[in-house]
Formats: sequence, C-alpha cells, structure tokens
Amino acid sequence: MTASVTTAGNEPEAAAPDGPAKKIEGRSLGQIAWTRFKRDKAAVAGGVVVILLILLAVLAKPIESLFGLDPDALHQDLLDANLGGLPLGDWGGMSLDHPLGVDPLQGRDLLTRVIEGSWVSLLVAFGATLLSNTIGTVLGIMAGYYGGWVDTLISRVMDVFLAFPLLLFAIAISTSLQGGAFGLHGLPLHMMVLIFVIGFFNWPYMGRIVRGQTLSLREREFVHAARSLGARGPFILFKELLPNLVGPILVYSTLLIPTNILFEAGLSFLGVGIQPPQASWGGMLQDAIRYYQVDPQYMVVPGLAIFITVLAFNLLGDGLRDALDPKSN
Amino acid sequence: MRRSRTVALTAMAAAAVLVVTGCSSSSKSGDSSSSSAAGAGADAATKNIVNASDKKGGTVTFEMKGTPDSLDPGNTYYAYIYNFSRLYARPLTTFNPAAGEDGNKLVPDLAESMGQPSADGLSWTYKLRKGLKYDDGTPITSKDVKYAVERSNFAPDVNSNGPTYFHDLLVDNPTPYAGPYKDKEGDLKSIETPDDTTIVFHLQHPFADFDYLVSAPQTAPVPQAKDTGADYVKHIVSSGSFKFESYEDGKQATLVPNTNWDKSTDPIRKQLPDKIQLKMNIDQATIDKDLLAGNAQVDLVGGGVDPQTQAQILQNPKLKAKTDNAYGGRLVYLAINSKVAPFDNVECRKAVQFAIDKVSVQTAEGGPIRGQIANTVLPPDIPGHQDFNLYETKDNKGDEAKAKDALKACGKDGINTVLSARTERATEVAAATSIQAALKKVGINAEIQQYPQGKYLTDSAGAPQFTQDHNIGLMMMQWGADWPTGYGFLQQVVDGRAIKASGNSNLSQLNDPSVNKLIDDAAVNPDKAAREKIYGDIDKKVMEQAVIVPLTYFKVFLYRPDSATNLASTPAFSGEYDYLNIGSAK
Repeated sequence: MTASVTTAGNEPEAAAPDGPAKKIEGRSLGQIAWTRFKRDKAAVAGGVVVILLILLAVLAKPIESLFGLDPDALHQDLLDANLGGLPLGDWGGMSLDHPLGVDPLQGRDLLTRVIEGSWVSLLVAFGATLLSNTIGTVLGIMAGYYGGWVDTLISRVMDVFLAFPLLLFAIAISTSLQGGAFGLHGLPLHMMVLIFVIGFFNWPYMGRIVRGQTLSLREREFVHAARSLGARGPFILFKELLPNLVGPILVYSTLLIPTNILFEAGLSFLGVGIQPPQASWGGMLQDAIRYYQVDPQYMVVPGLAIFITVLAFNLLGDGLRDALDPKSN
Repeated sequence: MRRSRTVALTAMAAAAVLVVTGCSSSSKSGDSSSSSAAGAGADAATKNIVNASDKKGGTVTFEMKGTPDSLDPGNTYYAYIYNFSRLYARPLTTFNPAAGEDGNKLVPDLAESMGQPSADGLSWTYKLRKGLKYDDGTPITSKDVKYAVERSNFAPDVNSNGPTYFHDLLVDNPTPYAGPYKDKEGDLKSIETPDDTTIVFHLQHPFADFDYLVSAPQTAPVPQAKDTGADYVKHIVSSGSFKFESYEDGKQATLVPNTNWDKSTDPIRKQLPDKIQLKMNIDQATIDKDLLAGNAQVDLVGGGVDPQTQAQILQNPKLKAKTDNAYGGRLVYLAINSKVAPFDNVECRKAVQFAIDKVSVQTAEGGPIRGQIANTVLPPDIPGHQDFNLYETKDNKGDEAKAKDALKACGKDGINTVLSARTERATEVAAATSIQAALKKVGINAEIQQYPQGKYLTDSAGAPQFTQDHNIGLMMMQWGADWPTGYGFLQQVVDGRAIKASGNSNLSQLNDPSVNKLIDDAAVNPDKAAREKIYGDIDKKVMEQAVIVPLTYFKVFLYRPDSATNLASTPAFSGEYDYLNIGSAK
C-alpha cells in the first residue's frame, strides 16, 4: 500500500477568502465545521445539556451512594392510604427531603428515581444506536461500493427489515426472553434485549444513508486514484470512504439517540422493557399516567426528563448537520 | 416517518392498560362500613336496595372497558356476564337480586323449586315452571336445558371460555361423549328428560353444592335448532325478561323488553326500562365521567372506579355518600411454588410468610378502600371462614427475626427466585414491589417478572413446567369463588388433583392427600354446618403448609348514580350491583 493515498480523503476544501490583512491559514474540514457549529447557539446549548446528561448518567451510581440515596426505598408513611395511596401534601409530596415529591402507592423519591433512570435510558439508547450504526454502516458501505448483486442482496434485506412489524416483534422477543437467557438475567438481560431489539431492527435507516453517500463518493477522484494505485476493497472501504462518511453518520446518530430513548420509554411503558423496581423514565411515565389528574406532578418529572433529553439531542443533531453539511439546508 | 412510532406506542399502551380484570363470581359483603365514612349514604347499597322503584320506561346504559369473553351464556367465565346474562338467559336457579347477605341466597329461576337429590345423593331432579316461552314464542323445554349443558361443557373447542364442572361431575357415556357439534346424533345419557318439564342429572359422586352449580348461565336453555356454535352470540335466543335487538361484536348490544316473557312465570324479574344498552371498549376514565354525569347507569365490569376518580370522590363528601365499598369476594395473595427449590421446604415458605409487610402491600394495592389485610385463604364472607393467623407479626408489618429463623431452619442464608406479576395490573406490580423490598431485608432476592394477564394462567404462572424452567417461586394472584361456598372457593386453588399442565389455578401446586381428602369429604357431606367446618379445617391445613400468603381481601369501590334505580351490591357477583332489575330514574 502506498502511504500517499491516505491523505486523499482529507483533501482540504478551498478556504473561504479572509481579509487580506489576516494571515492565510489552511483549515481542515473539522475546523470549519467547528466554527460553524459554535455560531449556532441552540446547538451549543443542546451540546452542553447532552454532556451534562452523560455526566449525570455516568455518575448516577456514585451520586446515589455519596448522598445515601436509594431509588427503591419505600416511604409509605408519606402516603395517604385512605385516599388510595396518593402522596400526602401538595405537589405530589414535595418536601426538603424529597424535592420532586414521591410516587403514589410506594412513596419512592422521584428525584433519586429520575437520576437512577438516566443511566438506564441513556445506556440503552447509546447501545442501540451503536449497534444499528455499526451494522448499517458496514452493510451500507458494501452495498454502495460493490454494487451489483451485493447491492441487490443487501438492499432487499433492508427492505425486509423495514417491512418488519418491529413493535410486535419487540414485544414478542422481550416477553419470550424474560427470566433468563445467554447466562444473563434481571437488569443486564433486559437492557441487552432492549439494545438488541431496538438496535438490530433499525440498521436499514443508517444503511440506506450510508449506501447513498457511498454511491456518490465511489465515483470521486480520490477513490479512483486509490484504486489505480492498487488499493483493494477493504482498504478503500474503511480507509478511504469511511472517513468521509463520519459526518452523516454522526449527525444521524445524534438524531437516532432521542428516537431510541423514546422507544425504550415506549417499551418500558408497555411493560416489556425494564422491569420494576428498577427505575426507568419510560416505566415511571407508565406509572404516572394513571394519576395524571390527581397527581400531575408525578407525570411531569419523568416527562420533563425525556423531553429535555430528546430536545437537547435533536438540537445538537440539527446543529451538527448544518455545520458538517451546510448544503443540505 | 419513524418518530410517529412512539405515538402509536402510547396509543397501544393505553389500550393495553384497559384490558379487563376479574375472574368469576362470589361472596357476600357483611360489614363493609368503610374506614372514614363521610355522609350517611356511603355503602347503603351493600345493606339494602337503594332507589327501590317500579317505575317503567327510559334507557339503562351499561358501559365496560375492554370486551367480555362472550355474551353467550354457555361460553363465559366472567362474574359480570354471569350477572348480566340473567337478563336474557334464565338458569335453573339464580341468586336473589338483593343486597348483602340476602344477595347470596339461591332462588329457583327456570326451575319451580330447588333441586331434589336422590337418597344416595347421586341424582338431582329439577321441575321447570309451566308456560315458559322464548322470545319467538316457542315453548322452553327441559331438553333445551340439557342441550345447553352439553354445548357448554362437552365442546371445549367451540365454547372454550366457561368452566367444565358438569363435564367433571356428570357420569359420562360408555364411549366418552364428544359434544353436540361433533356427535350430532348422540347425547349425554346422564342427563335425562323424562318429559318436557323435568330434568334429571346423574353424578359420579354426591355433590352437595349442586344447586349452586346449576345457577351458572350454562343451564339457561338453548334451542338446538338455533345454535350456531361460536356464532350463537350474534343471535342469542332469549328466555329472560329482555331480548336482543342488536349486537355488534366488540362494540355494543341493545336489549329491549321480551314480549313473550310472562311475569307470572318469574317472581324475581321486573322488566323496567324500555331499552338496555351495553357499550364496550370504553376507557375507564370515560365510564367514570359518564357515571358521575348520569349518562351511564352501570359500569358492567364492576371492579370499581379508576384510582383518580376514586381520589376525587373520596375528597368530596357529597360524592362519597353515593359510593359502595364492598368485598369483592376475592383474595389477593402470593402463591409460593412448592415444586420450585428451595420452596419445596416448608421452612423456606414460612420465611416468606413472616417476612412480608402486609401493610405495605395493602397501601400498594390502593389502601384499605381496596382491600382489608388477610391472614386466611377463605375471605371472611365465605361461609366456613374462621379467623386465625398462623404467622402473626406485629401490626402485620412482617417480622425479620422470625423470617430469618425460618430461613435458618430451612438451611439457607439467602434465596434467589423470581416473582411473577401481571403486566396490565399496575397495583399488582406495585404490591410485588413491596413484597420484593420486604423479602430483600431477610436475604430473599426476588426478581420481578411481568407477564401479560391474558396468558398468565395458560402460558406462564399457570403452566407448572414454565415456572420450573424459569425458577418462578413466587406468583402474584387473585382468586374469586365460582359460587359462594368453601368448595366453590377452595377446590380450584388447593386441590392437588386440580393441577393442570396449562390453565392451572393451583399455582402453589399443593398436592396434600389430607387436603384432597377433606375436599372430597366436604363435597359429599349433606350437612351444611359440617361442610363449613371442614372448609375452615382445609384453610388451616393449607396455611400450615404455608403455600399461600394471603395479602388482602379485595374490595370494590363503586359509584352509585342517582339516575339508576334498584341498586344493590351483591356478594354473589363479586360485589357488583345486581343487574337484573336496574331501571332508569329519568
């Protein structure tokens, strides 16, 4: 392999003409995108919130043990049993000890449960996104580059997956795998099942995007150059084409993550996702629906958590798309 | 686009939450004077018939969440259809339309008197009333009653919903009878109809509760010529005071007075409204609103209002005065699987008995208004109930020390097991969570698994092999009697011979010869008092075996609209109002 070809992928775009007084500097694609991104206030705000959320998710367990919080601790003394187990006091039992109140029937602290739910929701969403992106990228790039029967085969498989009644299948597989499989049980199993179900059936979306991009990229000069210098398939696919696909993949990922968070919430909502007592945002929302009139505060808490997360990822994703691919606007 | 998927998810979930609850009929209400009574009228319909009236006319609207298993009297197992079907299908005997204790009394309906058992107790004879007619004017004969029992008990592939007590109890033909659909010429020889008004049942062994058994809608007459199998529900022939005007599967049914019904043949029915409407698949919150506004008169399912409506009503004394908080004749319990290690050891089961905080469970179930803390298998309103508590803990809040001692006696430091609950039942899952928290304190790790309620008894908790494969040692369960006697309550849940590979209700898989023998003794004992004592003894034996942890005696919380007349909460049908004579006040 000749080393020279590797730079071809990063061919700098002609830099925008700056004022004559300034020193002219070559800027990489990444730098240009970063400058554009910084100008987009909404996207930056979204990015900051996303980083905070990830920190929260990673630190959820340490935070809980540091403050001695137990998301599953029952405080039924804070409930009015004669009223059917609703929290005592206004605003769903808000107090200094329980800043966001407690849940009906069990009296568990909502703030702790939202924190606990963050790592479950985000881990499932990230895992599922990673899985579908990996499959989608590999198959999409192959379909786009090789064309012919490879493309036909992969594209038909994509069609099959797209036509799949995903929700029904998700419910079926989640139900049938309950109680132990692959040497796992309990929470790790449920999370793995969720990641698999959500991730494995969503790859064609990513696959199609990557395939489309590859179709146009493979006719570009740097690919021809690499091929004429003797580069083989895998090298061209992953060293030449892939770096140029990072933009769209990244953008699509940030848009896919919030969808997956909602999907996780939806499956937990249907009772086939995370099992109680493990806190998850979807599970909390499901619980809260039954009390939306008499204890609306309960629904607001997980609802707001999902809302903020989805909004932040969407803003970040939109900002990234504009920054990396301004022509798409 | 993909994002709309979540919307669909939410809609589906909403639908899933609405799935019907309940199993079958039972039980009386006795003292349901609830905790903090406000207003003189609360619980009035558990003691007397409220708004008693003979006023005719108007429309009575029934609404229900979900759909019934079937309106076909020979193909149903829900207490509320047992109750409702009496409007258009008269069984041989039925429950007196009255409140409280009186509602548990059996009265002859199609039969002119209660059954006459033979001296050996092996045959029961009923005489039909004279002058009975269907809604088309043709006479009702005892052959139609015989046919109704045959189609409902001997054709499980066509009419699969109902129980098959008759099949299990009646003497079968020398070559087993294949049912009226497969064997069009033959019939069941053990039901004889010597003339058009007499019917004789021949049993395999004496059965003291037989009058209760024939109160099931399965004995309501069906003319063979009009029976179209599973489609019969679309054109049900009426023998009662109302007949079908229209029926739309899964949507609604309209009943109008049956002009061929003769008051002189029927001492209990009144035929008050001009029209009875049944609307299906209505959201529980909507039903509650309609009841409060007087747009609907009855919630057919009769499980009580939604938690939110409940809170609103309880906070308003005026509304609270119009409610009935009655026993639902049901036990909420935790079944311990005696076939899954280490719960095959009675000491390990005792550890669970001692560990559970029943107050916490009661709160999770919705507080005292939704159930009273239970310590026996038989609810207090089933004859034969005795008050005792083999596993006493302070204030019923559980006792860690005693539980740990029992665990030690079992030779264990900790246990890992699975606790099953039904997905659609939020309070059941909440109660499971409470149990899990209590068990964790003594070293029993119970992982909660939810299963869909529609297949809970056929595929998961009620399938012994499945529980074995999935290490399901603990199962959330509710049970209501098929008729209000100890036999009707206990037989299906504690008799070892009732264990089935699928559709099992004896979740603990208790197969104790002494319990089985007591059940047989009670079934053949003609003396009521002696029977009731035996049921109390069975209860004690089961509790000694520690296979069932009684949690609460379930209570319903019904709203009683002013627009309805003749409302009486009857223990015979899970605390529901008796649907026979409800009229419109408007």
